[in-house]
Amino acid sequence: MTEDDGRQAPVSERNRGTVTECDDQEAVTEYGGLPDSGRPMARYIRHACVFCALLLAALLVNATRVQVVRSREYDANPANRRAAIARYEQPRGDILVGDEPVTGSMDTGEQLRHERTYRNGPLYAPVTGFASQTYGTTFLEHSEDALLSGTDPVLSPLPLWNDVTRTRNRGGDVVTTLNRQAQEAAYRGLAGRKGAVAAIEPATGRVLALVTSPSYDPAELSGNSEAVESAWARLNHDPEKPMLNRAVRQTYPPGSTFKVVTAAAALDAGVVTDLDERTDSPDPYRLPGTTTRLTNEGDGCANASVRDAFEWSCNTVFAKLGVDVGVQAMTDTAQAFGFNDTGLRIPFAVSPSTFDTRVDKAQLALSSIGQYNTRATPLQMAMVAATVADGGVLHTPYLVERTTRHGGETVAGSGVRPGRQVMRPSTAARLKELMAGVVRDGTGTRAGIRGALVGGKTGTAQHGVGNTGVPYAWFVSWAQTEDALEPQVAVAVVVEDASGDRGEISGGGNAAPIAKDVMRAVLGV
Amino acid sequence: MTKAGTTVAAAPAPARAVRLPRRRGVELALLVLAVLLSVYGYCAVGLARTGTVPPGAVGYGAGLGVLALFAHIAVRIRAPYADPLPLPIGVLLNGLGLVLIYRLDLETPGDRAAPTQLVWSTLGVGLFIGVVLVLRDHRVLQRYSYVCVVAALVLLLLPILFPAVNGARIWIRIAGFSIQPGEFAKVLLAVFFAAYLAANRSALSHTGRRLWRLQFPTGRVLGPILTIWLLSVGVLVLERDLGTSLLFFGLFVVLLYVATGRTGWIAVGLVLAVLGAFAVGRLEPHVGGRIEDWLHPFATIEAGLGPNQLAQSLFAFAAGGVLGTGLGLGHSVLIGFATKSDFILATAGEELGLAGLAAIVLLYALLVERGYRAGLALREPFGRLLAVGLASIVALQVFVIAGGVTGLIPLTGMAMPFLAQGGSSVVTNWAIVALLIRISDSARSQYDGVEAP
Repeated sequence: MTEDDGRQAPVSERNRGTVTECDDQEAVTEYGGLPDSGRPMARYIRHACVFCALLLAALLVNATRVQVVRSREYDANPANRRAAIARYEQPRGDILVGDEPVTGSMDTGEQLRHERTYRNGPLYAPVTGFASQTYGTTFLEHSEDALLSGTDPVLSPLPLWNDVTRTRNRGGDVVTTLNRQAQEAAYRGLAGRKGAVAAIEPATGRVLALVTSPSYDPAELSGNSEAVESAWARLNHDPEKPMLNRAVRQTYPPGSTFKVVTAAAALDAGVVTDLDERTDSPDPYRLPGTTTRLTNEGDGCANASVRDAFEWSCNTVFAKLGVDVGVQAMTDTAQAFGFNDTGLRIPFAVSPSTFDTRVDKAQLALSSIGQYNTRATPLQMAMVAATVADGGVLHTPYLVERTTRHGGETVAGSGVRPGRQVMRPSTAARLKELMAGVVRDGTGTRAGIRGALVGGKTGTAQHGVGNTGVPYAWFVSWAQTEDALEPQVAVAVVVEDASGDRGEISGGGNAAPIAKDVMRAVLGV
Repeated sequence: MTKAGTTVAAAPAPARAVRLPRRRGVELALLVLAVLLSVYGYCAVGLARTGTVPPGAVGYGAGLGVLALFAHIAVRIRAPYADPLPLPIGVLLNGLGLVLIYRLDLETPGDRAAPTQLVWSTLGVGLFIGVVLVLRDHRVLQRYSYVCVVAALVLLLLPILFPAVNGARIWIRIAGFSIQPGEFAKVLLAVFFAAYLAANRSALSHTGRRLWRLQFPTGRVLGPILTIWLLSVGVLVLERDLGTSLLFFGLFVVLLYVATGRTGWIAVGLVLAVLGAFAVGRLEPHVGGRIEDWLHPFATIEAGLGPNQLAQSLFAFAAGGVLGTGLGLGHSVLIGFATKSDFILATAGEELGLAGLAAIVLLYALLVERGYRAGLALREPFGRLLAVGLASIVALQVFVIAGGVTGLIPLTGMAMPFLAQGGSSVVTNWAIVALLIRISDSARSQYDGVEAP
């Protein structure tokens, strides 16, 4: 209808026109119907009213767009601080060793309210990692983050409860498998030297100690101040690499400790049937297909029996043994122990230990004595010792005993974890015998514990260009009290800058006493 | 005007005895509800923040209640037939605004705005009572239309003499209180526009050239009003207060249309708006920046400079979702500057959600609708235009600022009526409500059950 209609029509027409247009019954009851004296302004008032209504309706449509349709996108924008504020609004759950928390939370009163604190931070840093407002999380703080920060749905009393109430649960606690005494003994034993210790309970795979040295205090990284940034820069540029978790994230050539694996392969494959039978192995041993001659540190290795060769760590015998076993069987055994496994999580990821599967015979010979491309994390070598100790069964190591709600109610336990048979039980029994011999009267006598049965294997791994680096001292071992049915602890120790002679003696001399202290701490003798 | 109305008109004498219900009881009941809702919000903030009912809750409730009661009594005495809705809506929005400002004060302990706002609210209600008591008939205002326009221009020009605050010359500071005279000018200009258009509407609608189906007025009629309009807009551009100039412009166009029914006015208005927006956007870097922000609210984030205020505002609305985080539990304080004034709606959006935001917008819509309804019910053009103008001020202002903070239109600094921190705004809005009460009282008390000849 154009405006002309109203203007040119007679008055009665106009009124009727407005009557039909106006469906507003209430206007009558409240104000009564009133005619317009001149032009039908009421119509234009209504138009203007509709215009205002449209404006307000547009507001609501747009509000729906922002608050509902694009809500998730805006919430997830990294520049939106709300997620961070909610995350630090309440104290973070704790990580416990035994009954004692080794972490805490501090109310800073800032926008990101709670900051992580650590009791004895450097000691537990390789287990806890850090929980930083600036640099994220690592290790247990990372892999258990949902539980610790309270977002894990298992923490809610009812499904979808938190979605309804829009609240966040109090963070849960993580109880570790660590043994406080073992952890402290290991850290004390390393005494700031570069190295690492891993200890496992053979029957279950529980990790009893996980130590790296030198370490750092993760509390330095908790907040968001400039001090945190400078600490981060300092720790990352430190040539000692204090933030490197050597127990699970650094691989070393395992050296002679790998002879446990070679011996297991030889026994399982039937290449060796009698430990005391003299082997046909020359000293020096010329690596097949090359002119390189492999020698030993000591004498008496020519044609030595496997038992003597193990006790005195004869490279020539085990290099030849590896070649006799063959690539396939060596690879199978090494991988059964966990080498080349990229998926190990305890629950944080462990760097894969490696055994090269594409080697010629000379390389296989070196691989079999823990050189060439054979590399292992300390945790991997602890797994090797634990497998021997547990009758050839490997239990995947784990660090989390159970998780609880705030207040202690258990959310999830570790559960029963079946082991994996790595070698025949008889092979394991004979390896135990060999390792016990090393500690009784071989290279590892310094690991002996009065009142306990201890088995071990020393190792001194050469590395660097032309083997010029200071060798790594290794010791892997297990121990059981005399009245125990099976070993209660298996340990691997590596000390990077082992002082002393470039011989087996450093494995036995530097690393074995640390292993001994850790084992004593677990056994309580 | 309706079928029912015609029936009444056709009915014999007894219809004259019919009196419209006064509905003051409804108003009182709604006022109690509005005060209770505000006190509930105040308590909810305290419970969410500290787990206890805040100690000031009783005082706050009593204060708001007494204000509402006095206003109600004034209406009972001098405007017994007034519409029962505008006053409770004003009290509820003002109470809610105080709750939101109190809630934001908790985040900025050094800068407490709620007590000042309460003082201004008291002044506003005082003005409301004064207007209702003193102004016996709104038509009196028609006599003072030229006084109004001079006063409006003086008020608009006044801040130029004072130093700029945050890039805009719209404040004057007296004894610690900042006053925004442009707010008061809105009502005065509405009075002037209404009076002028009521007097000249036939001249404006019946003369001029016709182009296609649009009829344009002659320069002789258009001259004075266009001059006033240009002057006020020019002043505002000088003061860089674009929200208010947009509001004046919208008000001007709406009233012209209602007065004359000429669609030509809408066309002229739109053309002028587009030209003005283009020119200002080009010439004023301040405005150009606002338009850039509106088109690309996250540009600063992508540039690595962190979110700007608009982005933070959008984050706040998004965080609220449908039901909101609950009063006192949001983080709209991240917006930073102007959280309590221009961006107050973001706090409502985050903590009350889309549901609460819709409720607030509907309250405004209801207030606007009551204004329009009063305008429809009146017989004389000045009252009609004044009612429409006042209601449109509320609607346009809500649209400009709410649309700005939700990214619908470019952001322009403006106060959310009743909600936002800002004394001049609260006082002005109470004046608007008072005038609407007065007009609706006239409209309903004039009702005699008989259609006018």
